[in-house]
Amino acid sequence: MNALVVASAGGALVWVVWVVAAFSCLASGVAVVSFSNPFYSALALIGNLASLAVMYLLLSAEFVAAAQVLVYAGAVVVMFLFVIAYVGPRRETPWSGGPGWQTVGAVVAAGALLVEIVVAVGLQAGGSLGHDGTVGPAFGTPAWIGRVFLVDHLLAFEITSVVLLVAAVGGVILGSHTKRLEPVLVAEQREPDAEAVR
Amino acid sequence: MLGPGVAWYVALAAFLFGIGALGVLIRRNTLVVLLSLELMLNSGNLALIALSRHFHNGAGQVFALAVMAVAASEVCVGLGLVVAINRRKLALDVDRLSELRG
Repeated sequence: MNALVVASAGGALVWVVWVVAAFSCLASGVAVVSFSNPFYSALALIGNLASLAVMYLLLSAEFVAAAQVLVYAGAVVVMFLFVIAYVGPRRETPWSGGPGWQTVGAVVAAGALLVEIVVAVGLQAGGSLGHDGTVGPAFGTPAWIGRVFLVDHLLAFEITSVVLLVAAVGGVILGSHTKRLEPVLVAEQREPDAEAVR
Repeated sequence: MLGPGVAWYVALAAFLFGIGALGVLIRRNTLVVLLSLELMLNSGNLALIALSRHFHNGAGQVFALAVMAVAASEVCVGLGLVVAINRRKLALDVDRLSELRG
């Protein structure tokens, strides 16, 4: 009887944490999309990533939660913030600037995509998503995921490192100075800017 | 499993993916489009980890980590493009960056 009370109290606590995390996840997602200043969008993305890390902890994926906070909030978003600060405040292109049907079409397309995902997942897996078992205490720990990564999925691990290397080389090439091309492109591109000012 | 079942997590991931897709479609600032792409990748990660927990299979978590690496690569190349565009004094506007259209 006592154990049952403790278990139901624990379940209620997990529900409370889940609801808070889900609400902050959706709210910060909407904030990322709707802030007109990209700096605030990047800050809202940090909140989104933190609430997702809470979700991962609830799903007993401790290592992925730690990697989420370290890699995303620690590296990716900081890089975003540096670039946004480097580019400076540019408010000329906040929202979809085309005709009104473009905005309406975007909303309709995103809603259709959402409905399609829900219907597809519900039809394919609706029956098998109901019952959940328990997992062992080792599930999701760094030792376990290290074994899975380096024994079962070693090839994927190595390919991931090659992908990262290629992306780093590409980023360096994109960021390096190409002074030869610069005057031509600047001269070609001045006209649209002048049009926008007019 | 204590708390909500896996269907709740998958539904949340679907909504997050919809929000990210809306941001990619409706915003014109290149940086915000990249941030919305991060939202979509993260919703995919949430679904992967929820289903990994559901099926007691570690491959989902490994794939989520691979998705994180791909997201880091995408940010590396995307922000390199943004810096290059900014250095040439072009507008950071996905509607006006149309030279590659041919």
